[in-house]
This record gives sequence, C-alpha cells and structure tokens, in this order.
Amino acid sequence: MKNRRDFLKTAATGAVLLGSQSKLGLAAGMLDQHATTGKSKVVIARDPLLHSQGGQLDEKRVLDLLDKAIAAYTGHDHPIEAWKHIVPVGKVIGLKTNGLGGKGISTHLALVLAISERLQQAGVKPGNIIVWDRNARDLEACGLTISTDPSRVRCYGSDVAGYEEEPAAFGLAKNVKFSKILTRECDMVIGLPILKDHSMSGVTFAMKNMYGVVQRPNELHGGGCNPGVADLNCIPVVREKVRFTIGDAMTSVYDGGPGFHPERLWQPNALIVGEDRVAIDHTAWQMLERKRAEVGMPTFEAAGRPPRYIATAADAAHNLGVNDPNRIHLMEV
Amino acid sequence: MFHFRSFMLPVSLALLGAFAVIVPTGCKKAPVDAFPASNVVAGWQKTSDTRTFEAKNLWQYIDGDAEQYISAGVVTTSTSDYKYQGQLEAVVDVHTMGNAAGARKILETGQTKDAKIVQLGDAGIAYEQSVIFRKGPYLVRIVAYETTPGAAQALLALAHGVEAKL
Repeated sequence: MKNRRDFLKTAATGAVLLGSQSKLGLAAGMLDQHATTGKSKVVIARDPLLHSQGGQLDEKRVLDLLDKAIAAYTGHDHPIEAWKHIVPVGKVIGLKTNGLGGKGISTHLALVLAISERLQQAGVKPGNIIVWDRNARDLEACGLTISTDPSRVRCYGSDVAGYEEEPAAFGLAKNVKFSKILTRECDMVIGLPILKDHSMSGVTFAMKNMYGVVQRPNELHGGGCNPGVADLNCIPVVREKVRFTIGDAMTSVYDGGPGFHPERLWQPNALIVGEDRVAIDHTAWQMLERKRAEVGMPTFEAAGRPPRYIATAADAAHNLGVNDPNRIHLMEV
Repeated sequence: MFHFRSFMLPVSLALLGAFAVIVPTGCKKAPVDAFPASNVVAGWQKTSDTRTFEAKNLWQYIDGDAEQYISAGVVTTSTSDYKYQGQLEAVVDVHTMGNAAGARKILETGQTKDAKIVQLGDAGIAYEQSVIFRKGPYLVRIVAYETTPGAAQALLALAHGVEAKL
C-alpha cells in the first residue's frame, strides 16, 4: 500500500511529466497553446447539417468537420500539414474508441475512418495505426471489423492483446492492469470518446474513456468515479501516451448513460478537440448541463452525480490540466 | 463393522456431494430462456447466441450501468440480438432480479415524462425505439438502434413474445 510520501512523490513526477508533455508528445512545433496564451485551447467544431431531420448521420460531412476542427486547433488550414504537426513520424498511433454503450452510442465509424485517412496522408503507415478498445464487441459496436494484418490499419481489442501482469497505481487507483496495446504497442494515443451522461460519474468523455484501457474498470467506480478517473489518468503511461483527444459529440445521451437510451438521444453535431483532457471534460460537462437544462432536467449536482473527478484532475496533486473557465481558450467554429 | 464402515463411507460422501450441489443452486434464480426463436414472433430473427452475466460480472456487459442493477438486486442478466425483416436491429436484455420490488425500482427509475404506458407483464412503458416492462422478478428492456416506420409496433410484438416465455 502506497503511503502519503510515495503518493506525493508519484504526483510530483506526474507534474514534471505534464510540464514536458509537448516535448514527449505531439510532433515538433505543436501547439503548446498553454505556453503562449496561458490558456488551454479547446475547439468545438459544429456542423448543423451533420444529421438529417430523420436523425441519419451524413457520413460524407464528417471528414470536413474533422478538418475544420483540426484547422482551428492547429492554425493550419491545410489538413495534411495540420496533422503533421500532431503526430510524430514513424511512430505507432493508437485510436482509442469507445463502444461500451453498444450500437447507437459508440464512437462513429465515419470519424475513425476520417482520422485514419488523414493520418495516412500525413505519412503514418497503415500498419502503424491501431484502432482499439476493450474487446471485439466494443469495436464491432462502432461498426469496425477486427484485423491484425500489419499491412493494413489494425483493429483489435485488449481481449486479443492481453493485459500486463504487473499492476500500476496512483492514489486510490491500485492494482491497475493496463492493456498491452497501450503499454507495448502504441507510442501515442488519440482518445476518441463519445459524449455521454454516466449514471455514477455524471459525465463520461476524455478522461473516463481511459477506463477502457484497464482490465477491471469496475474497481474504479467508487465515489462517483472520484478520484478514480483522475488517479487513473495520472499513471504515467496514460498521462504520457494519451496526448490528444478528438471527442465525438456528434451524437450523445444527456441522461440514462452510459448505455444506449434512444429516448434521451441528442445530436450536438460537434467534435471537441484538444490536448488538455481536463479542459475538454469541463467543456463537455457544460455542454451536457445546457442540454439537460433545455429539456427541464436537473443539473448533475441536483441529480446527485456531479462530475467531481474533473476538479480533482485539476488539483495540485494531479495537475492534469485546467478546469477554470478563465484558463480555457474555448474556440467554437 | 469393517463392512458397515466401508458401506457407509461412500453413502455419506454421496449424500454430502448431493447436499453441496443442492444448497448453492437452491438459493439462486436460474435465468429463464425468455428469448423467442427466429420467426416465433413474425418478422423477427434471433441473430446472436444468448449471453448471460451474473451480478458480479455484469460490468463486463454494461460497465457503468451495472451498479444500479446490482443495488436493485439483479441476479443475472441475459441478452440477445434480434433483427426485424432483415433491417431493424434490436437488443433484448432480460434482467432476473431477486424479487419483483427490484424490477419495479429499475422500471420506475428510468421512466421519463414522454413514456407511453403499455399493457405488458405487471407494468410496461414504450418509447419510439424501446420497450421496457416488468413481470414478477423480471425486468425486460428491448431497444432498437434506429427508428423506422413500424418500429414501435414491431418492438411491442417482440416484447409480447418475450413476456409469453416468462
């Protein structure tokens, strides 16, 4: 059992890693928005025509929406050039989807395909792209097909790759066994969560998506997933490798999540993009709160499940990012 | 004496073995086969095997949602996929709760204002893309992944097919 001294030592290491994240992480010259503006940049890109009136996603518009989001974030209008500033050359890039909720409320296939296309155009070899989640069922819920062929974009779950025997820990997240896809195969991971209400944590998005990279996520659910979500994201392999989020807010459930509840389905028609996972989750939380208010539902606080892990992730012990709106440069395009 | 003991030992072991088998299963509610086979309900095909999760493993199926079922006393959850007329995909979940109160708790917790009351089991509600009902200790949830003309009626028909097997 880790004592307070060990905990603080680990926390301090995490803070150092966060400080050096731009060197370790995104391609040279990337974006270090925080250093230049003192704020964490978060982009919400929207396309009101993304879904038809009947609720069908127009998949052809997703690539354009992705390009709009990435251009706004990077400041590069040419999408391939923009991607070259995001992904390092010659490295294995993981795309961590979220298919937990089953068909209907999983990361959209069209988004995964659009990102894979741009990655390859930016010079990433197909076999150096791994689309992954907990298991085949979750991936298939996104409409993906399992493939381990190294000459193509790979797609498989931790049920194929297995989990580390050696556990990791931070704070109250103990005995955490990570997917070998995260620990051994990916050099960098881009999180592709889908925006959802969550029956315990209130909101599930960028940070909560990491519950899908460990063997027994159910053991991190105590206290409304607080501090479980923040602690898990502080473990160095998550903190260092998961460097960018392209959040799928094209479809969402504003209540009844994380499972699929079509009667609470909503189409924000948006992508939420950034490096600061805390700022992204804070932004996503506010988006869900506004929707709940619009339909006359109580706030997450009143519903007894405020996403407290977001503030915890921003505290001095975790230092994963910022949750202060004054320190978030929110750009809506 | 020797003969008596050598006779009694296997008998005792057999009785102990039988007791060991009977006692644990006697406390459990075995999951019923509530899933209609293909074409038992007109137009509906059963497109997957039935998977069953005990309460302790429910997180493997509905991580994040599992706790509310566990707190209401779920014993097992069984699930299977269906398809209507080769197009409309749906999933049927049958939660076997410890008692009828557990099923009632889940049904009432999830209900929203736009729910339509339907005559199914002990109580049931329907939306455009889903039907939820309880019958005794069973809580059934049927969800379609998209909305198509006639989907609501088709879901209701499938729900009646499930109810008939409970």
